[in-house]
Amino acid sequence: MTNETKQTLVIDEEQFLPRREMSNLERWLGTDTYRALRGMVTNPTSIVGLVLLGLFLFIALAAPILAPPISSNPYQIPRDGYGSVPKPPGTLWNSRQPELPFWWKPIMGTDQWVHIMGTASGQWDIYYGVVWGTRTALQVGLLITFVGAAVGITIGAVSAYYGGWLDMVLMRITDIFMAFPFMLAAMTLSAVLTPVLGKGLFPPMIALMAFGWTGFARLLRSDILSVREREYVLAAQVIGVKDARILFRHILPNAIFPTLVLGSMRIGSYVITFAGLSFLGIGAEVGYADWGQLLSFARAWMTNLGEYWYIVIFPGVALVLFTLSWNLVGDALRDVLDPRMQGSR
Amino acid sequence: MAVGIDLGKPTSQHLLEVRDLTTRFYTEDGVVHAVNGISYTLDEGETLGVVGESGCGKSVHALSMMRLIPIPPGKIEKGEVIFKGRDLLKLSEEEMRHIRGAEIAMIFQDPMTSLNPVLTIGFQITESLQLHQGMDKAQSRERALELLDMVGIPEAALRLDDYPHQFSGGMRQRAMIAMGLSCNPSILIADEPTTALDVTIQAQIVDLVKRLQDKLGMTVIWITHDLGVVAGMADRVNVMYAGSIIETGPVKYIYGDPHHPYTLGLLGSLPNPEGSMGVRLYSIPGEPPDLVGMPKGCPFAPRCTFKVERCLHEMPMLEEIEPGHLAACWEKDRVRRV
Repeated sequence: MTNETKQTLVIDEEQFLPRREMSNLERWLGTDTYRALRGMVTNPTSIVGLVLLGLFLFIALAAPILAPPISSNPYQIPRDGYGSVPKPPGTLWNSRQPELPFWWKPIMGTDQWVHIMGTASGQWDIYYGVVWGTRTALQVGLLITFVGAAVGITIGAVSAYYGGWLDMVLMRITDIFMAFPFMLAAMTLSAVLTPVLGKGLFPPMIALMAFGWTGFARLLRSDILSVREREYVLAAQVIGVKDARILFRHILPNAIFPTLVLGSMRIGSYVITFAGLSFLGIGAEVGYADWGQLLSFARAWMTNLGEYWYIVIFPGVALVLFTLSWNLVGDALRDVLDPRMQGSR
Repeated sequence: MAVGIDLGKPTSQHLLEVRDLTTRFYTEDGVVHAVNGISYTLDEGETLGVVGESGCGKSVHALSMMRLIPIPPGKIEKGEVIFKGRDLLKLSEEEMRHIRGAEIAMIFQDPMTSLNPVLTIGFQITESLQLHQGMDKAQSRERALELLDMVGIPEAALRLDDYPHQFSGGMRQRAMIAMGLSCNPSILIADEPTTALDVTIQAQIVDLVKRLQDKLGMTVIWITHDLGVVAGMADRVNVMYAGSIIETGPVKYIYGDPHHPYTLGLLGSLPNPEGSMGVRLYSIPGEPPDLVGMPKGCPFAPRCTFKVERCLHEMPMLEEIEPGHLAACWEKDRVRRV
């Protein structure tokens, strides 16, 4: 029977379709993942983004080697005296010189550790701040985005899935949160939280999480609403798949990509906002390795930036490149993952 | 509510009996009378063709039986859908899930959109098997291979891990059919499964379904606007217009001796290979009625060339012309194919 069926049913069209050779890697990763990854490493935008991101990751991981900690708390920026006038890059350390790492002598040719990026007023070493601040930036950016996205995705999915009055209530709550100017709301909340939690990274982080989830909720909700109407969802209902499984296995994978892209782009912008709060004095204690903090050291010298440029330039460039790298990666992700760009061989 | 009296289970000696099924949609523009009290029966192994223009309630009637219309705005107002002695409209959602896919399967019009682009073909076929037949991964894969082979997909073993976009339109529809048939359903509802395909592939798919029906002994409800497709495969035909069945009967009566002006019009609009060249194809004047503000009389009256005064005031009911052949028209005796 099967033989006969085969003979009569296997007809023209399929046989003339070219079969595409798949590499083992593609087989192992699955076509979509493979395509996305290949897109990420061949797209010039994303290469620049990934290289920058790799650089920051390297700095963060290698911080103890790049800038050997002096005190027991490595996030505490070491200071070389208490003088109020910033010193330019290359100035020798007066006191408490850090231990020389192995790479110093072969590259710099001396045994003398210098202020590589100069010092800010108060003699805070900018190099230490930039290097250890990379860790802070990554922690802050990833954690805020992760929590914000998790809350937003949950609210967005529940809202779109259940619909009706629950959707109404959740979306109005989202509206209320969105109605506050983001920066101002985050500032107010972290100012309120600081006396409760103590000065540190947590008050501004919690504040940013509290107001940062709204974008994710809105975006995911709208994407789920549009995916929910597709015929393949009906097709899944028709074979009797449970609702929750339809949401998680059939709808969410089709709706989540824009949210992931948003997440990637948000990492950069949260770090900027966090630095902004830091600059305004909300956030970490004075001397904590954090780019915004370093920038705030430049506040008093704004009129002579020609002379004291290094206080602004080094942490500023780090901040710009960090945000840029996430944006480029997010941009490339969007190009690669956009379903409208798929479907053709 | 009849307190304390067991009214008995609705019974039927037919595989499927639809009684007075009525579905409405409560939209902002008004109440859409999508399906207006349709009734018919279906026996095992039979093929029913449901034909009519777009928006005449063909698909909504099928989705109502499966209880898959969006509620709200949709609402199944009344009626019974008795399948194997049980009224589907009274089952719990959980019981209904075990009917869907396992007992009644459905395939859709556009194979491009009815397969999930991010899941492999294999996943989508095995899902229903694992759900209804309690198979494990290996067993369901085995069965999925058999199914893909059965619907004529070459090198099924290599294709199981492909994504839908790696399949052509015809192959996707074959995969959809494999999904539909995976649990040996008693009824397969095919909702315009050939509309989105080109003509040669259409013929293959029709052929495939007929072959599989013979092999598996399923009942098929074939929803289409293409009378040509139905002529070749259906035993009986329901002609629908504005949410009602306006003519029903064995396929030879519907095609040979239609008694409703609408059926006549539909048949007249088919190209006839033996007809004379240069003759314009007939088209029914006017448009189907807006299902929000239904006319009081016969819904087809405004477009009907046979209409009389009575048609504008009174809605005709289905009446027997010969055994098994019914039409809803006041002037049905005048309607003749010329």
